[in-house]
Amino acid sequence: MLRFQFVSTVRLGIKSLMLHKLRAMLTMLGIIFGVCSVIAMLAIGEGASYEAQERIKKLGSNNVIVNSYKPAEDNQQNSGNRGMQIDYGLTYQDASRLQATIPGVKRVLPMRIIRENVRFSRNEVPCQVIGTLPFYPTVVGVDQVRGRFLCHLDERHQNNVCVITTGLAQRLFPYQDPLQHAVKISEFYYRVVGIIRETGTADQRPQTGQMEGEPIDNNVYIPLSTSRTRFGEVLIRRSAGSFQAEKVELHRVTVQMETLEAVETADPQIKLVLDRFHDRKDYEVIVPLELLRQAQETKRMFNIVLGSIAAISLLVGGIGIMNIMLATVTERTREIGVRRALGAKKRDIVTQFLVETVVLSIGGGLIGVTVGLIVPVIVSHLTAMKTIVTVWSVFVAFGISGAVGIVFGIYPARAAANLDPIEALRHE
Amino acid sequence: MSLPGTNSTPMIRTVDLQKTYVLGEENIVRALRGVDFQVAQGSYVAIMGPSGSGKSTILNLLGCLDRPSDGQYFLGTEDVSQMDDNQLSEVRGRRIGFIFQSYNLIAQLTVLENIQVPLVYQGVDLRDYEERCVDLAKLVGLGDRLDHRPSQLSGGQQQRVAVARSLVNDPLIILADEPTGNLDSKTGTEVLDLIDRLNGDGKTIILVTHDDKVARRAHRVIHMKDGRIDREVVNRELTPR
Ligand SMILES: Nc1ncnc2c1ncn2[C@@H]1O[C@H](COP(=O)(O)OP(=O)(O)O)[C@@H](O)[C@H]1O
Ligand SMILES: [Mg+2]
Repeated sequence: MLRFQFVSTVRLGIKSLMLHKLRAMLTMLGIIFGVCSVIAMLAIGEGASYEAQERIKKLGSNNVIVNSYKPAEDNQQNSGNRGMQIDYGLTYQDASRLQATIPGVKRVLPMRIIRENVRFSRNEVPCQVIGTLPFYPTVVGVDQVRGRFLCHLDERHQNNVCVITTGLAQRLFPYQDPLQHAVKISEFYYRVVGIIRETGTADQRPQTGQMEGEPIDNNVYIPLSTSRTRFGEVLIRRSAGSFQAEKVELHRVTVQMETLEAVETADPQIKLVLDRFHDRKDYEVIVPLELLRQAQETKRMFNIVLGSIAAISLLVGGIGIMNIMLATVTERTREIGVRRALGAKKRDIVTQFLVETVVLSIGGGLIGVTVGLIVPVIVSHLTAMKTIVTVWSVFVAFGISGAVGIVFGIYPARAAANLDPIEALRHE
Repeated sequence: MSLPGTNSTPMIRTVDLQKTYVLGEENIVRALRGVDFQVAQGSYVAIMGPSGSGKSTILNLLGCLDRPSDGQYFLGTEDVSQMDDNQLSEVRGRRIGFIFQSYNLIAQLTVLENIQVPLVYQGVDLRDYEERCVDLAKLVGLGDRLDHRPSQLSGGQQQRVAVARSLVNDPLIILADEPTGNLDSKTGTEVLDLIDRLNGDGKTIILVTHDDKVARRAHRVIHMKDGRIDREVVNRELTPR
């Protein structure tokens, strides 16, 4: 029995709203924008923070990264003083000191990162030539795609071997099988013994001065000992007519800790150890776990701000709806009187107007959800930003739009129901 | 032979019915100052009187649109003056049909839907009553206008829709406040003929009018003055059935 009444009430509500289509559309706009902005902004925010978090996670949450860093004063000093050699950065000594003194340290992975062109036949690709130790894959996430990684014999014998990343393999060897071929790096040839994909590749910007790195999967790994003997410790860089010699032993030391708790305390201890032998600030400590926390905190703040904006726009939308419904009640006072005379109870009138408000707000909600789902797609297309639409945001936004309809509909509906039938019939 | 209006079980009985509007401390309007009267089932009563004499007020009370300030009103055996808002709505929906001077159809609904409105609040499936509504539309001569909107109808046609609407719940009483007030004499006559037919079918009719010609169709004419019944005239020609 009640179901028939409900269905016909909803149909009547829609019919009444359709009498003023433009008005209904305009009334819904507030809700549409509110719901759309909730979904779209959350999707963009979620995407951005996902990317940031992924990038940080790849650095390894158990790792603490120490990078060599050219002190700012050296740069200035050197500008009028070409041809001078600068010494800075981490040393082999630093690496072994860190290994020996930091509590909870598991491994210390030294790296030399040198920017060089790598050639095979007529192909030439600018790369990062990374001299490192055989246990590199256990510290930084790596997929061994083919062949093997560097081994202890390579290190001990300073073998001219290398492992290359998949991206570089495709660029250097479009037609050949890279394994057992040799690539040329400056004057020497290195036999390719393996191909890896770096799962742990972060934005590895080597401290060779260049700010924006090449595509990060152009990496060549060679034994650390080989790197030391083939390239020497003094690196010459030419830039804009001048050239600079830098003496850097290690560009990066990745300290892998046993536990997450050890990571928490590592940063000050590393600084304490290093500062004793570095009178200038020529290194930086990056704690990915800390960055991750910051990213999550940023995301939380972001969500709060977005939530407030969305709440305000939904509130404004709700007030807009209430305003229109109050006008509608006045406009339809006579109809209310007629319906009351013909047997409508107060609660029937409340239902009728509440249904209209809820139809408006849910309709606005539906349109808002649709637009809110389309906007992130367009944004991703235009800006290459990642967007993630979370299911809960859709439900929350839609649920709130319904709630707005009820909350802001109650007052006008009750105002309608409380009209005196006789006065209402006499209206106008 | 029993005369309508003097029946022993009246359909409507009021006892010292009063209505007072308090507009301010000193400004009190006594619209009804004690009305006692009875209406038997099946009778046709016209209420006349100068403007402001309380005709509409008493009709609204009889129609359960309002509660008296004092006195009692029995509809059948129930004391309506003690009912709450919901119960009054219930009584209006089930027992009473209204015909207004200004038709009061709902603009966004079709003829058929307007006739159905009272059913909506009875919680019935409208599809079960569609045939009845169509029959009522035919009865008032608008069987071919079911999908028209009120704005597409003449005043007389609109009032005929209102008559059909007042019948859809099969009420005991039909109350009409100057039903021909907005109509020319020809269409007015058509509507009055319709009302006569309803009375012939056993509906109790109470009608407010200014027009003697209209009042002449009723069994009894009640003249109001200053919120009281001034005099009552029984129309001898019409009373015997
Ligand atoms: N809602 C109201 N508030 C105050 N006075 C009213 C109200 N309704 C009716 N009255 C007064 O009651 C008296 C009777 O009115 P009414 O019954 O409408 O007269 P009529 O016989 O013309 O239909 C009039 O003096 C009118 O001014
Ligand atoms: Mg009147």
